[in-house]
Amino acid sequence: MMVFMLRRLLQSVLALLVMSLLVFVGVYAVGNPIDLLIDPQATQAEIARTVAALGLDKPLWAQYLYFLKGAVSGDLGKSFVHGVPALGLILERMPATLELASVAIVGAIAVGMPLGLWAGLHPRSWAARTIMGVSILGFSLPTFWIGLMLIMWFSVQLGWLPSNGRGATIDIFGMPLSIFTLDGWCHLLLPALTLALFNIALIIRLARTGTQEAMAQDYIKFARAKGLSNRRIVGVHVLKNIAIPIVTVVALQFGSVVAFAVVTETIFAWPGMGKLLIDSINLLDRPVIVAYVLIVVALFIGINLVVDLLYALLDPRIRLAEPKMRAR
Amino acid sequence: MSRMLKFLRIFFCVLWVVASSPLLALDELRVGLSTDIVTVDPHFANQDSVSAVCAHIYETLVALDPDTHLIPVLATSWRPINETTWEFKLRRDVKFHDGSPLTADDVAFSIDRPATLTTSSAPFTSYTKTIVSKKIIDPYTIQLTTAIPYPLLPNDLSRIFIVSKKAAQNASTEDFNLGKVEAGSGPFKLTRYTKGDSIQLQRNDAYWGDKPAWTQVTLKMLPNDSARMSALLSGDVQAIENVQANLVAQFRQNKKLSVYEKVSSRFMFIYLDFRDTTPYAVDKAGKPLAKNPLQDLRVRQAISKLIDRNVLAERVIDKLGVPNGNIAAPGTYGFSPTLTPETYDLAGAKRLLTEAGYPNGFGITFFAPNNRFINDDQVAQAIGQMLTRGGIDTKVQTMPMATYIPRAARKENGFGLLGWGVGGGEPSGAMRAFLATTDKEKGLGAYNWASYSNPRFDELLLQALRTVDDKPREKLLQQAVELAVKKDYAIIPLYNQVVTWATKKGIRYTPRTDEFTLAQQFHPE
Repeated sequence: MMVFMLRRLLQSVLALLVMSLLVFVGVYAVGNPIDLLIDPQATQAEIARTVAALGLDKPLWAQYLYFLKGAVSGDLGKSFVHGVPALGLILERMPATLELASVAIVGAIAVGMPLGLWAGLHPRSWAARTIMGVSILGFSLPTFWIGLMLIMWFSVQLGWLPSNGRGATIDIFGMPLSIFTLDGWCHLLLPALTLALFNIALIIRLARTGTQEAMAQDYIKFARAKGLSNRRIVGVHVLKNIAIPIVTVVALQFGSVVAFAVVTETIFAWPGMGKLLIDSINLLDRPVIVAYVLIVVALFIGINLVVDLLYALLDPRIRLAEPKMRAR
Repeated sequence: MSRMLKFLRIFFCVLWVVASSPLLALDELRVGLSTDIVTVDPHFANQDSVSAVCAHIYETLVALDPDTHLIPVLATSWRPINETTWEFKLRRDVKFHDGSPLTADDVAFSIDRPATLTTSSAPFTSYTKTIVSKKIIDPYTIQLTTAIPYPLLPNDLSRIFIVSKKAAQNASTEDFNLGKVEAGSGPFKLTRYTKGDSIQLQRNDAYWGDKPAWTQVTLKMLPNDSARMSALLSGDVQAIENVQANLVAQFRQNKKLSVYEKVSSRFMFIYLDFRDTTPYAVDKAGKPLAKNPLQDLRVRQAISKLIDRNVLAERVIDKLGVPNGNIAAPGTYGFSPTLTPETYDLAGAKRLLTEAGYPNGFGITFFAPNNRFINDDQVAQAIGQMLTRGGIDTKVQTMPMATYIPRAARKENGFGLLGWGVGGGEPSGAMRAFLATTDKEKGLGAYNWASYSNPRFDELLLQALRTVDDKPREKLLQQAVELAVKKDYAIIPLYNQVVTWATKKGIRYTPRTDEFTLAQQFHPE
């Protein structure tokens, strides 16, 4: 276990380093952000002074080393545009995105799992066929289109739900959260639904296939022969066995929903991290872009770790210890 | 079960909307803005979008009215007392939001503050650097001295917000963003600024001037066009700025909405390349040309004649443009009536190209941003087709502003489209930036990507910048523009953009040339 964790940590640091370098060089190659940001009335002397104040006059390697030096102590640099620490800027926006992603994923599981299970248990019924047919839509419709349609229907035509923004928030442990207010839920519903649709479809299909496979296995027949109730067979034995692929996919989906909710956040003007990323790219705000990518990489590393630990919990046959290297 | 929950949720939300709508007071205004502002510190980020928001909370000595004429605000009067000194008399009945009265001390402090914010990537020092000394005569009189005669000081000061020294002297930009600083004197007080989301304002009941019609104002930042449009249509906001170009006609016919528009000071033009060789000019076979064809006046003239500005303004940008042969917007200071937009003339253009030695034309690449100006992508495509029709085979390359500007600044484009917000109510800033010969010492030509240089133009411009009297200065500026645009074809002027606002019926807006959206200028009918 220790070796496993240590190895993971080393890999993570390497991944973070490589990503930071890639993004750093990439944004640097686009050009000098000051040309874009500074007021057009500025003279050359002022442009030069501003470039120097932000350290952009130094060669790339010097800027990168300076960044690394700060990064080691947890300082990912100050945003060129906002003039405040990039990390703080992102963390400030994080609760909104995490909240949206969590509601979307939890909702997707709550809807997708029972439907998928049901479809797997009664594969020939008309209801199962309908579920599967509709789930194809969930896969194939583009997110931005779904978002726009939901706004058109529920906000513009019917006027039931607000079209954008985040509702009233309540501070929980210093984090502004909107899931504890009714107004918050009203604002959350449409974007969360937009993000959830694809995941609902995905979970339905995974759950159905898993259930169908599991139902044909010997241990289910054995359980039936033993006289276990249907509820116990499905609720414990089937569910546990289909859970492994679903946990993996859902966890990774959660990561991508957090990292790439950009489109949904833009359409619904949701004040999350995705919107910040787009704005930062548009303004070549390198510290924020780098910090964002690093946070996302760290997030995925964390998720993968959790998934691996969950495997071991769900399936006792899986061990986390490293296989012993055989000497040659 | 979960479906049931979802249903209930919707039910409650509907209930909420129905129940809360009568509670929305009549004197609350919500406005959808098209940019995401980065701060509410009035001296940190020199961007029009930030200044427009700050103009609710803070005021300047001198301001621009909707037609870009200078009007007194915190200063009641100003006059040059000699070649290099301006005297400003301050209004006496002004109180800041923290209760302290406005004095000359606050003005001096506000002029000094921008230079102390060194981490800004868009500092306000462009407007304060000319002031070399300040003299406080009495609490309501201040004299500002510049090193050289500088007639534009009042225009520059229309960009510098005056803050209360008492409230702001120990405050950081973050303190301003958190709403801890009550340093403004404007018609609204800041209640809350939520980054990436909204700015909440409350009426300043102790305001010295006309009190706004709204007690509460929310400025929502909705940069995505469709989000902003649907927010208006669904009633989440009562007004928006920058209507999506292809929806303006539809909104105008909508009985529930009103549309307001104004010719903006944002001026669109083509910059050319005056260097001996230009990177993308090729002959008909695709081989690079040894000599830059754009150096020939006749070629530049031909390009100008090939562009049908009416088609661009009417069709390509859905009537959101007004053809203009000037840099200054029609009717504003420095506008020269003799500079009319060039008319489309295919035969004339072909004749000029033949005379210049390109009877079969040549090939070139035209560059443009694709996310900054109204339909900029389509405008570039249309210009490409217009030039190709005249024999100049034009490839069009568009890119996001973030890539475009650094590229253009390295002079890698050579030939392309640009828009310029002619700020401060007069055109000399724009002329200094992209028409004057590049001179680092004098701070001229920082954006002269075309490498244009005409000593006579520079002379006229510098003379204008030293002339304190408004009338003769305007004459000099007009002469300079006529020389650069009409005689030299240093740039090819296209049109001024038209800026739009839309409101729910029953709310009136006074549209502004500087594109600012100000809650105090919305009025219920």
